[in-house]
Amino acid sequence: MPKDSGIGASIKRREDVRFLTGRGRYTDDINLRGQAHVAFLRSNVAHGRLRGVDTAAAAAMPGVVRIFTGEDFAAVGGLPCGWQVTGRDGQVMKEPKHPVLAHGKVRHVGDPIAAVVAETYEQARDAAEAIAVDIESLPAVVDMAAALAPGSALVHDDLGTNLCYDWGFIEDSKAAVAAAIAAAHHVTTLDLVNNRLIPNAMEPRVAVGDYNSASGESTLYTTSQNPHVIRLLMGAFVLGIPEHKLRVVAPDVGGGFGSKIFHYAEEALCTFAARALNRPVKWTAQRSESFVTDAHGRDHVTRIELALDRDGHFLAIRTSTLANMGAYLSTFAPSVPTYLHGTLMAGNYKTPHIYVNVKAVFTNTVPVDAYRGAGRPEATFQLERVIDKAAREMGIDPVEIRRRNFVDAFPYQTPVAVAYDTGNYHATMDKLVTIADLAGFEKRRAASAAKGLLRGLGLNCYIEACGIAPSHLVGQLGARAGLYESATVRVNATGGIVVMTGSHSHGQGHETTFAQVIADMIGIPEAQVEIVHGDTANAPMGMGTYGSRSLAVGGSAMVRAANKIISKARKIAAHLMEAAEGDIELKDGKFRVAGTDKSVDWGAVCLAAYVPHNYPLAELEPGLEETAFYDPANFTFPAGAYACEVEVDPETGRVTIDRFAAADDFGNIVNPMVVDGQVHGGIGQGIGQALLERAVYDANGQLLSGTYMDYAMPRADDLPSYVVDHSCATPCTHNPLGVKGCGEAGAIGSPPAVVNAVIDALHRGGHAHVTHIDMPLSPARVWAAMQG
Amino acid sequence: MAKVAMTVNGKAVSGEVEGRTLLVQFLREGLGLTGTHVGCDTSQCGACVVHIDGAAVKACAVFALDAEGASVRTIEGMANADGSLSAIQQAFQDHHALQCGFCTPGMVMSAAALLAENPKPTEREVREYLEGNLCRCTGYHNIVKAIMAASGQEVAIAAE
Ligand code: FES
Ligand code: FES
Repeated sequence: MPKDSGIGASIKRREDVRFLTGRGRYTDDINLRGQAHVAFLRSNVAHGRLRGVDTAAAAAMPGVVRIFTGEDFAAVGGLPCGWQVTGRDGQVMKEPKHPVLAHGKVRHVGDPIAAVVAETYEQARDAAEAIAVDIESLPAVVDMAAALAPGSALVHDDLGTNLCYDWGFIEDSKAAVAAAIAAAHHVTTLDLVNNRLIPNAMEPRVAVGDYNSASGESTLYTTSQNPHVIRLLMGAFVLGIPEHKLRVVAPDVGGGFGSKIFHYAEEALCTFAARALNRPVKWTAQRSESFVTDAHGRDHVTRIELALDRDGHFLAIRTSTLANMGAYLSTFAPSVPTYLHGTLMAGNYKTPHIYVNVKAVFTNTVPVDAYRGAGRPEATFQLERVIDKAAREMGIDPVEIRRRNFVDAFPYQTPVAVAYDTGNYHATMDKLVTIADLAGFEKRRAASAAKGLLRGLGLNCYIEACGIAPSHLVGQLGARAGLYESATVRVNATGGIVVMTGSHSHGQGHETTFAQVIADMIGIPEAQVEIVHGDTANAPMGMGTYGSRSLAVGGSAMVRAANKIISKARKIAAHLMEAAEGDIELKDGKFRVAGTDKSVDWGAVCLAAYVPHNYPLAELEPGLEETAFYDPANFTFPAGAYACEVEVDPETGRVTIDRFAAADDFGNIVNPMVVDGQVHGGIGQGIGQALLERAVYDANGQLLSGTYMDYAMPRADDLPSYVVDHSCATPCTHNPLGVKGCGEAGAIGSPPAVVNAVIDALHRGGHAHVTHIDMPLSPARVWAAMQG
Repeated sequence: MAKVAMTVNGKAVSGEVEGRTLLVQFLREGLGLTGTHVGCDTSQCGACVVHIDGAAVKACAVFALDAEGASVRTIEGMANADGSLSAIQQAFQDHHALQCGFCTPGMVMSAAALLAENPKPTEREVREYLEGNLCRCTGYHNIVKAIMAASGQEVAIAAE
């Protein structure tokens, strides 16, 4: 029986009502009295020396209030990087300054040169176009291999190299891996590209800076997934504003997918300008600006080798990757190809020896950072593609080769540092076989063939490390932040509850699902619980939402705070009923004395806490409000198995996805409807990567795919309906809810399924020479591959 | 600046606009109707879809002055008279057809126009009609499902 309330119920989302009636409050909907508007002048060359910025004519134009250039920011900090990776040689990564406005050089198309503040946006934009900029064009560094060749132009002259770091993981395993590969019965090698993507949350970024000259307090309204992180980074490292004088608000945010984690120049500019001008200052990105300023994702070039024994057991994996950092280090960029990628290379399999090498490279392109999945899709893609290729080479069924190598005893210590606490990979594979109706494939294939189409079936597994992350561990790995989460549970005198969480919802539905958890714990209706997020003035210091961490980490903090509340309320109830605390049970919103019919309602206990006439004041403070922080003991490890069926038109190379099925293990589920939606969205983005999307730079560093006319976003008629299942649940062993996180799974698990399916279709269609096609699998690429 | 007058959600409104002012700007900035969103600058995303004299139109592709005298309906005018959600809005909530909500106003306006034109669309027709509306969150599955449900048809694609 589906539940209709509490944990496990598909409760309809309360936030929907405002979104469906046009009453959401996104950052661009905020307009402050006296607000001025910002337009940026951005570099239209990828690499150049900035010889002069003449703002005189522009400054005299109608409505212009002030023009800021790099000089104005020479004295403040650069945009900081939150993770320091140490390379194989023991040297820390190269970390160039990332100025708020370009200074000395411009390093990518879109790099901001000047910011014009004017009375209206149109005036600001007109004036920005009138600024005279003298740029000496320099050769653009675009291709990663060329960037590392001797004699390449340098993105940052002072570094003397375009290599950010050369990372080996685990360096001490390198020799053993080489020996295992040399001695193996069979080695499958695959060269592949993980295509560069542009996140494209539908809401463009916006920043509104405000300054209160009476209190000296700055406020920034911004499209962020983590307002406290922005407050810390911008306040402490860029502008030198102490946190008690800086408030950051991220109201309704229209999607993030990672791209709104990072601290961006425009946020600092608007906050700085509001203080300098003593009036509110607003910037709203045009979509064409988003394309050249939002951090991009992926962009890895990889060689992977998989060594197997005669029976198809995996013996060793070795990978070598070039990872694009773009022109500057975005907030978490260095961690993505390293600790979010190398640690996942074991996948769902028992491979005794693994070695991962990553060289991170600066280029004259937009910075690259975390995008839905962040490092884990890159790991999964190469692993699941090479397994498919190996299975074909060795004549083993793709399901069978995976089953032969599954990790099947937990906890499992991988050779790449992380330890999986729990899972059941055979169960999700069994589930997949059923929900994808693999048994019916042959019949469907014949039907496709009758239409002249090649049908293929692709499968893969995935594992991800979510619930990011144990602070002591990430600290050792170079993180400059803790990755705990926080919550304050405030119970009011009449029993209503407000939870202030450091997690942030930008589509995930926390206002509904977090309330379900609290309501379930106490046994009161969800309507009595309100979730507040996104404002540093309310919520305790929190790290925000990314890495599928909200419920696993933020939810755990909330549960911990609620448990403190319940324990105090139990003491109050014991006092009210003159019973021993140990005899008090909480059920359905009532405290009962066990074994009696005595009870007191939740509301009466709350009232007593705030009107403490009959109250144990000697032992207990009045009031009912608790804060908790939760730092996870380990990552969580959601895992699953995905299957895709495609039809390829041999005449045109066009790929159509006919069926897509996903069997996931997310541990316990709070709201199945919301979880389904998260998986759907992730699959949609993964299919977008596999078939459609690619950020393309030309040799001069111009972004060719800079609008929705050139960058192929998945549309409704590009995608199929999905069959999703999350009934194979092995609850996480180390957080109170037993939850693992579901936000990224779809984007991680789907690209290899699609590519494996297309390769399978081509093989069945007689194109056995095709072993790989790089994403996106456009008709042109598929057709060309078929021609040999 | 020029004066423009039109009917929005049944009310007569007017304002001063520049020749280059887009209808979506007039709605958002001039009238404070911020439910209509702007997701792109090339008229591709559909976040700004409104109805002009009953037809679904991208409000970023129309000058405010060109809507002179027109009857415009926005997401703020879609609920029932008593304030409850209309059938399409309710179907969106029931089927979890929105996550961040940013594309949602445009999706609802497009869906309403589709069902007015074609009350019993097939799943394929729904998907094709939504070509001009991008959603990055939902993978479209639940949007299609909600529109099918709002059309009173069996939700054939309900796979879960
Ligand atoms: S704002 Fe994107 S189509 Fe109008
Ligand atoms: S719900 Fe976020 S873009 Fe559609």
